[in-house]
Amino acid sequence: MTTANKEVNELIKREYEHGFVTDIEVDTFEPGLNEDVITRLSEIKKEPQFMLEWRLKAYRRWLEMEEPDWAHLGYERIDYNDISYYSAPKRKEDMPQSLDEVDPELLRTYERLGIPLHEHAKLAGVAVDAVFDSVSVATTFKEPLAKAGVIFCSISEAVRDYPELVQKYLGTVVPHTDNFFAGLNAAVFSDGTFVYVPKGVRCPMELSTYFRINAANTGQFERTLIIADEGSYVSYLEGCTAPMRDENQLHAAVVELVALDNAEIKYSTVQNWYPGDENGKGGIYNFVTKRAACIGKNSKVSWTQVETGSAVTWKYPSCILRGEGSVGEFYSVALTHNYQQADTGTKMIHLGKNTTSTIISKGISAGKSSNVYRGLVKFGPRAEGARNFTECDSLLIGDQCGAHTFPYIESLNKSAIVEHEATTSKVSDEQMFLCRQRGIDMERAVSMIVNGFCKDVFRELPMEFAVEAGKLLEVSLEGSVG
Amino acid sequence: MLSIKNLHASVEDKEILKGINLDIKAGEVHAIMGPNGSGKSTLAQVLAGNDAFEVTSGSVTMNDEDLLEKATEERARDGVFLAFQYPVEIPGVSNLQFMRTSVNALRHHRGESEMNAAEFMKLAREVSKQVDLDPAFLKRGVNEGFSGGEKKRNEIMQALMLQPKLAILDETDSGLDIDALKVVSDGVNALRAEDRAILMVTHYQRLLDHIVPDFVHVLAEGKIVKSGGPELALELEERGYAWLGIKEDETAASSAN
Repeated sequence: MTTANKEVNELIKREYEHGFVTDIEVDTFEPGLNEDVITRLSEIKKEPQFMLEWRLKAYRRWLEMEEPDWAHLGYERIDYNDISYYSAPKRKEDMPQSLDEVDPELLRTYERLGIPLHEHAKLAGVAVDAVFDSVSVATTFKEPLAKAGVIFCSISEAVRDYPELVQKYLGTVVPHTDNFFAGLNAAVFSDGTFVYVPKGVRCPMELSTYFRINAANTGQFERTLIIADEGSYVSYLEGCTAPMRDENQLHAAVVELVALDNAEIKYSTVQNWYPGDENGKGGIYNFVTKRAACIGKNSKVSWTQVETGSAVTWKYPSCILRGEGSVGEFYSVALTHNYQQADTGTKMIHLGKNTTSTIISKGISAGKSSNVYRGLVKFGPRAEGARNFTECDSLLIGDQCGAHTFPYIESLNKSAIVEHEATTSKVSDEQMFLCRQRGIDMERAVSMIVNGFCKDVFRELPMEFAVEAGKLLEVSLEGSVG
Repeated sequence: MLSIKNLHASVEDKEILKGINLDIKAGEVHAIMGPNGSGKSTLAQVLAGNDAFEVTSGSVTMNDEDLLEKATEERARDGVFLAFQYPVEIPGVSNLQFMRTSVNALRHHRGESEMNAAEFMKLAREVSKQVDLDPAFLKRGVNEGFSGGEKKRNEIMQALMLQPKLAILDETDSGLDIDALKVVSDGVNALRAEDRAILMVTHYQRLLDHIVPDFVHVLAEGKIVKSGGPELALELEERGYAWLGIKEDETAASSAN
């Protein structure tokens, strides 16, 4: 806490600090989307035939789908032919590449973002897959992980090197027919991370992916697949940033998690995409489908997310609790400021007996932003003895922001138990006066009160992320008082 | 140390303080007494800089500096401390974190290095014993689920941690049983020092049995109507505010019994 407090103080006056652009030679597709583009994409990635067919099938279906408009969001519709679907730094040779061969400019980019990839400076205990626009540029600690039997690589590599695993699981949790953005992603997904933890293995370190959007007018279509085999455990972290640009950029990701018998996946996100400026100009459109299938008995998936970025967030990390006794958890902090809009929450689908789920959602609204929690808790007919606990708390800063909560509950089983709690509070003048009377300045006071509000979620985050998340809130709230 | 001249203050266009004059020297303890609605708490809040009150005229200086032009947090860093009558809760923020942030903000202002976690913990444990609070309180949210008495002891603990130049205690005795009153009084007496001024706002005389003030002032309808030594409080206790021709409202009269 000592260093966190100190750093937090220094950070108060900073702007979005990851807004720089890396000047690097790239190969970029012309904007536009058609079957040729998808075929070229698949060729560049040297994908097996099955992958191309999978993509084309998804694309043809996507053409018939409509962009959803049920969310509490307002944004200019996206012209999907105005986006480039592939942008990657040029490289001399194609894969595989060792770190020594990675363009030093890229390594410097990640260093500036606080993610050193070099051998001598690697983050202790955290293996990183660095994704830059449409490609993974480096993955650290691959060898020690391989010794433990853990596969940790980019999804592009996995498609080539582990086609049977990919074919067995890809699209089983989020089929391409699921929704508009998932369909688009299936057709054009660029890169992301693949993890396989074999039976009985406790992954020896934290795994993480750092997503960076750099190129202009490019969409990022991340695809991540994590499989935890019987009795295994893995903790995975995801971070993301982008340059400050006046144009909106699309990030449409799909993340699929599969947990077999007695397996546990802990998935943490600190989402810090560029949120746009104080007048609501620019920023990332973040349309993401994240879902876990707890197919094994007593399997467990825990989603923890801290959402501070993006101009628009549309995201509902969910759990399908199929295995008997499986457990789903969702811990979320979503902070919106200026003109940001977030429509986020979770779905807990209880199918198996004695399945349990916990939802803790903390929404913080400041400026003129809009913050929505949208959640579904559903119990199937065979979900005997299933139960859910939901807590949704909203905190308002100022009087021009909005917070909404849309909880949906559907139960087809009489034995299911649901508990729901919801509160809305404001950072009160009395709290502010108490803090200031004790010599604490306003920005610091707000940040302290907000951090206190989020405590139940922060304690679910891995240590180094919890500090990061606290700092992020501090920066994001800058200028929200006075 | 503190000089208040012809202070007028209002809230929502209603004038509460109607010309307060008061001088307090370092080392002195002053008690402000008066019935409910007389403006006692308003005076405390105005001195601490609560924006809800507007100072319409008059001046306040502390050590020859204009106090009124300073923001709340600047006054606090210069040594003004207010023990609140109704301390507010801050859920999820531990008492320890809150106090350490506060102590370090003041140290920073004085050009001193920040206290590290271990040093601070040691100090906080010692002081918590002084006000008979279990050190486990340090880990709980600020005033979260505290009883009335615990909140008041927590306020005194903070005063002891911060070692202010001017400590303003707003009804610190209200809602305390005899044992808690003793603990709080001992804490306040421990604050008495040559270089520190204490201003106590109280409705009742009983606190003054434990903390004997140097001066007692009676506030009525926004003005100080009588000043004297500690004997004035005793006389008030015996004869009631009516003795000074002050009307006491019914709630005050009934709760006094």
